[in-house]
Amino acid sequence: MAEITACSGNLTGLEIADALSKKFAEGVTINSASPRRVYSQVNKEVFLEVCKFMKDELLFDHASLVSGVDRIDRIQAIYHITSYINNCCLMEIVVDLDHEAPEIDSVTPLWEGANYHERETYDMMGIVFKGHPDMRRIFLPDDTKFYPQRKDFKLKEVP
Amino acid sequence: MAEMWVNMGPQHPFNHGLWNLRVLMDGETIKYAEPILGYLHRGWEKSMENRTYPQIIPLSDRLCYGSSMSWSHLYCMTMEELFDIEVPERGEYIRVIVLELQRIVSHLLWLMAFGVDLGNLTVMLYVIREREMFLDLLQSITGARMTYNYPRIGGVRNDLPPDFERDCIRAMDYFQGKIDDYEKLCDGSKIFRMRTEGLGVVKPADAINLGLTGPNLRASSVDVDIRRDDPYSVYEEFDFDVCTHDACDTYARYRVRMDEMRVSCDIVKQALEKIPDGPVRVKVPKNAPNKTAVARVEDPRGEGMMYVVGDGTDKPYRLSVRSPVFVYVSAANHMLKGHKIADVPSVMGSIDMCLGETDR
Repeated sequence: MAEITACSGNLTGLEIADALSKKFAEGVTINSASPRRVYSQVNKEVFLEVCKFMKDELLFDHASLVSGVDRIDRIQAIYHITSYINNCCLMEIVVDLDHEAPEIDSVTPLWEGANYHERETYDMMGIVFKGHPDMRRIFLPDDTKFYPQRKDFKLKEVP
Repeated sequence: MAEMWVNMGPQHPFNHGLWNLRVLMDGETIKYAEPILGYLHRGWEKSMENRTYPQIIPLSDRLCYGSSMSWSHLYCMTMEELFDIEVPERGEYIRVIVLELQRIVSHLLWLMAFGVDLGNLTVMLYVIREREMFLDLLQSITGARMTYNYPRIGGVRNDLPPDFERDCIRAMDYFQGKIDDYEKLCDGSKIFRMRTEGLGVVKPADAINLGLTGPNLRASSVDVDIRRDDPYSVYEEFDFDVCTHDACDTYARYRVRMDEMRVSCDIVKQALEKIPDGPVRVKVPKNAPNKTAVARVEDPRGEGMMYVVGDGTDKPYRLSVRSPVFVYVSAANHMLKGHKIADVPSVMGSIDMCLGETDR
């Protein structure tokens, strides 16, 4: 018999969204929610607290993907976190960061699976994850001076 | 004894693809293992920002040559989410058929590599022979052996060829007897058992926290399968088992993949029975709306995921990819610590490496 089974919890995405907006009156905006998806925008200041609450109270146990988007005027860190226990629900967290010095708390101490994703995001987008155990470049050489996923790094146009 | 760093790779018989495993040794015992990636980094995500949406389909095949269908399918699925398109039912059934065939092909390729890693060359020859049979089936649908360029945004490129059902059922029935042969070759071999059992143990809670997904997670006794738990395409219509194993070691990862091949045969048979008539593809607009979309699938290797940002033009503003193997690699230290260096091929071979999707 398997020790841990998916979908043994009873919270749906709607209830998760409800619990989050009750707990964090300020700083968390739920954009939309359905039984298996929650899309949210979170302020940088409360981000780590939201993640701790999600892990401990709402049983989100798996960090699927961490990525970054350069919006020219700001840089966004995008998190996709899954709860296997609660209905295999996937939660998207968007955090707006300053374009000049993007910095955010690392979630690697909570979910070890985010480790390489955060290193990759640092390598490609230049977001510094505070509290990460090993914040080095992962694909590019250590002495690289630019962040290739940013929009000011131009590729040659395809003819 | 003095400590010593050993570089296994980027050119080494055990690593399938270009990557380097730096191992800190104390005598023969591993104290620390650090993967070095980036030898195959092509800037895939960045170069997609210069391509139109249909141009990316054949390029997403190249994310992993071992299971290219599942990556181009994932790409098309993400775009359908972005464009808000419904795929015709027959198109979805054909997708399930080719995806499950692809899963068998991918697992066979893994078994071949795993056999070679452990010095079992017979299983390699047997497996490659049967894999060709499934490549023929896929070739009869798509025209290509490995990089298919078959799914389209809004469906699939073409319908199934005539007599496909007959050929497919015939291949499945033949193949199920062949899986028994592989099991006799591997499970019945004392050397194979000694080189797999009790190695690279990942406990269930650790496996979830380390981000393992797919067969490697199920081998750690966690009953999760995105096909069943977060169904996409028409997987809700099928009745299939999710294979798990309690041993949490390298042998368990081998067992789970063998069982999954049987389950995939079962799903293909059910799909061939239930497949409805109708169109296989719908027309889609050229320009994407100004929003984001995310989709995830149960890739043969684990949880594949894509996140796309559309900006109203015909090119994606940002396309980011979650590769399951990229996360497995980060667990190398956890799995290898305390083992002997001779166990590295067995443990790292069992996670099914693919560098195309790891480095992107």
